[in-house]
Amino acid sequence: MAQGHQASGIQAGRLAASDIAENFADLHPAYETHEAMVAADRCYFCHDAPCMTACPTSIDIPQFIREIQGGHPESAARTILDQNILGGMCARVCPTETLCEQVCVREVAEGKPVEIGRLQRYATDALMACGVHPFDRAEPTGKRIAVVGAGPAGLSAAHRLAMLGHDVELFEGQPKAGGLNEFGIAAYKSTNDFAAAEVDWLLQIGGITVTYGKTLGGDLNLEQLKSDYDAVFLSIGLGGVNALRAEGEDLAGVADAVDFIAKLRQSDDLSTLPVGRDVVVIGGGMTAVDAAVQSKLLGAENVTIAYRRDQSAMGASRFEQDLAATKGVKLMFNVMPKAVLGTNSAEEVELERTEIKEGRVTGTGETLRLKADQVFKAIGQTLEGQPEAVELSGGKIKVDAQGKTSVSGVWAGGDCASGGEDLTVTAVAEGRDAAMDIHQSLMG
Amino acid sequence: MADLTTEFLGIKSPNPFWLASAPPTDKEYNVRRAFEAGWGGVVWKTLGSEGPPVVNVNGPRYGAIWGADRRLLGLNNIELITDRSLETNLEEITRVKKDYPDRAVIVSIMVPCEEQAWKDILPRVEATGADGIELNFGCPHGMAERGMGSAVGQVPEYIQMVTEWCKQYYSKPVIVKLTPNITDIRYPARAAKTGGADAVSLINTINSITSVNLDSMAPEPTIGGKGTHGGYCGPAVKPIALNMVAEIARCPQTHGMPISAIGGVTTWKDAAEFIAMGAGNVQVCTAAMTYGFKVVQEMITGLSAWMDEKGHSSIQDFMGSAVPNVTDWQYLDLNYVTKAKISQDDCIKCGRCFAACEDTSHQAIEMSEDRVFTVKDDECVACNLCVNVCPIEGCITMEEVPAGEIDLRTGEVVSADHGDWTTHPNNPSVTAAE
Repeated sequence: MAQGHQASGIQAGRLAASDIAENFADLHPAYETHEAMVAADRCYFCHDAPCMTACPTSIDIPQFIREIQGGHPESAARTILDQNILGGMCARVCPTETLCEQVCVREVAEGKPVEIGRLQRYATDALMACGVHPFDRAEPTGKRIAVVGAGPAGLSAAHRLAMLGHDVELFEGQPKAGGLNEFGIAAYKSTNDFAAAEVDWLLQIGGITVTYGKTLGGDLNLEQLKSDYDAVFLSIGLGGVNALRAEGEDLAGVADAVDFIAKLRQSDDLSTLPVGRDVVVIGGGMTAVDAAVQSKLLGAENVTIAYRRDQSAMGASRFEQDLAATKGVKLMFNVMPKAVLGTNSAEEVELERTEIKEGRVTGTGETLRLKADQVFKAIGQTLEGQPEAVELSGGKIKVDAQGKTSVSGVWAGGDCASGGEDLTVTAVAEGRDAAMDIHQSLMG
Repeated sequence: MADLTTEFLGIKSPNPFWLASAPPTDKEYNVRRAFEAGWGGVVWKTLGSEGPPVVNVNGPRYGAIWGADRRLLGLNNIELITDRSLETNLEEITRVKKDYPDRAVIVSIMVPCEEQAWKDILPRVEATGADGIELNFGCPHGMAERGMGSAVGQVPEYIQMVTEWCKQYYSKPVIVKLTPNITDIRYPARAAKTGGADAVSLINTINSITSVNLDSMAPEPTIGGKGTHGGYCGPAVKPIALNMVAEIARCPQTHGMPISAIGGVTTWKDAAEFIAMGAGNVQVCTAAMTYGFKVVQEMITGLSAWMDEKGHSSIQDFMGSAVPNVTDWQYLDLNYVTKAKISQDDCIKCGRCFAACEDTSHQAIEMSEDRVFTVKDDECVACNLCVNVCPIEGCITMEEVPAGEIDLRTGEVVSADHGDWTTHPNNPSVTAAE
């Protein structure tokens, strides 16, 4: 039987364990101190800095970089964490190329921005390495708040509420906290179990009780929460996955990209994780890229991302697209799935060429087939298990600028809520801001 | 290629780059390596009197200031004069000069301020065949406590006296090395001239403490928990040296006196600037100590290329060319009006000019909602701060307001005539004269 790349079907151990370990090493390795000083020196300390405006959590970037220059990265971390308690994870996973670094004046001037993300990691790593938590809780308020979902928005809200003196009950359906930081996101962006370490560090604030295995619609219901707690924050994420609505979707070998990524993130030994020889990923967002690149890094021979619109419409940033291409992933644009073909399991994907007519994706009738023993669906997630009482907007829980839902005493944030992009950093900002609004409304 | 051959006090060297009296010139071994690398001359590390040599500390001798990428910007040292015996040094000097007759070999000397001490050492130095001597009246640490070095250089009468002894007991050129640790550099320079010195060399190092260790609360470099001031040199001191060279070059009493310039020469350009400011050659130390002797090669190619570009066939062609343009503040033309101008094509919108002008200067830069920065001509005093803080070279320029046009800040027509403080109506002396 053929081995490695050429082995047919969905197989584990396509590459030697050492190669896999190398492939999944840190995408952006941590700076050494000297590197950080040189990188920090490139910052111009702009007036009313564009990077700060571009950051969804409004981190004072020139200030924290200057603190790194001054040789006190722990103060820099404090500046970051004041605004963004998950600054460590955001340093790793933020699409900085479309946020702070995109508007860095040095990006505009010379195509080489100050590496804000890596500097942020340098600072936050330094502080976390000290093993201390830099924030103290205010005097107890006697208020109890339920936070449902321990992803970035929930953790951010819980931390801020605890800091303000409230007692927080954090409910999580999974056996681990962290949400997509723990179960989503490519492994090479969060190495050494960082997501879990960050959660442990965050919880050091105190006042947050985490209860696992509880979901809204399962053991929890909104009415009960409302009566048991002074306020409720919903950060339940997007639990559903869009269907292909193509023939053959039920064949073995067709799977949700998010499940593949979660399995990969939770695996203790990637060399035991099976992957196809010919992998096709349907979609064009970050999830598609994460699934495709990681398939390739596990040793799949051919990996193709099939996206229904053109390159410029792709949800994944240009950096992510280039990363995929560099790793050997083929990017196909203007193709949509028609069918997955195979006898017992997936063997081929039939795609139809598309064009955009009046903004809508329309098939041209021309089709092509790709070999595919594994097909990942990465065409978006949907809200699932939300309480009936809350009003929705665009398929998400409708919230105002402060995170208030249509139900009094209930706030929401993160991917489940309307407003903002589905990014970790946006979720952190929404959780923080909702916490401030909850505090305001409870304390008057 | 331009001819870099230099004749300084009649001493020929293939280029104007000499190594200053310092650790790089302490031994035959180093000096031979320097000559092989291309240095035009050396000033041998300072010799002391016959007898047991001085001793150096056994802890760190240097402290430094760095830029972000650990580029060395300033160096401080507490090393003393040579700690090897006089005899050893003299033998080595003799051998080296014999083997490198085309290179300049100058011997730096520091002995007590007594005639006999000089009378004893000078014939022995003369016997080495070296091309001249340099009197170390500059060293600011250690030796000064023993009444030598800068302790002499700070008293013009001593400078004159010792210089006279040297001219009496030594037949070749005498260069007096000056300390910058003095209020007005022209006094010691004049004393050297009066004493008969053939040239002055400057600057020696500047009294300095580079840093304080905030854990031990001791100055650095720290030796056994204590520190002392050292002598500062390197790129950071160049502007100070350049000014002192200019002061001597334009002082009527010392104008025309040969100058060997020292202070932060790191590239050819620094050397060209010192020569334009009246120096006949330059001495280098920190650049060599930072990068090794090979650093002279860029100095040679760079200076030569620039001279070719400007059509200079020898150092003499531009020596002192900048001196007539150094003047006193009172003679600067107050009718020369400029305004800062920001090139919108080059601007990267960092806003540093705005912050600098708004917070610390004249509120003469406007910032629009979409980060377009423009100069308000009616507020701009032409201070040039925005130019200096702008990270993009050439983005902000100072544009002259031609005569006949109105200066929007003052509302007055710019005059074509020269007008300086000496004739300005606000000058009380002018009023008094009327």
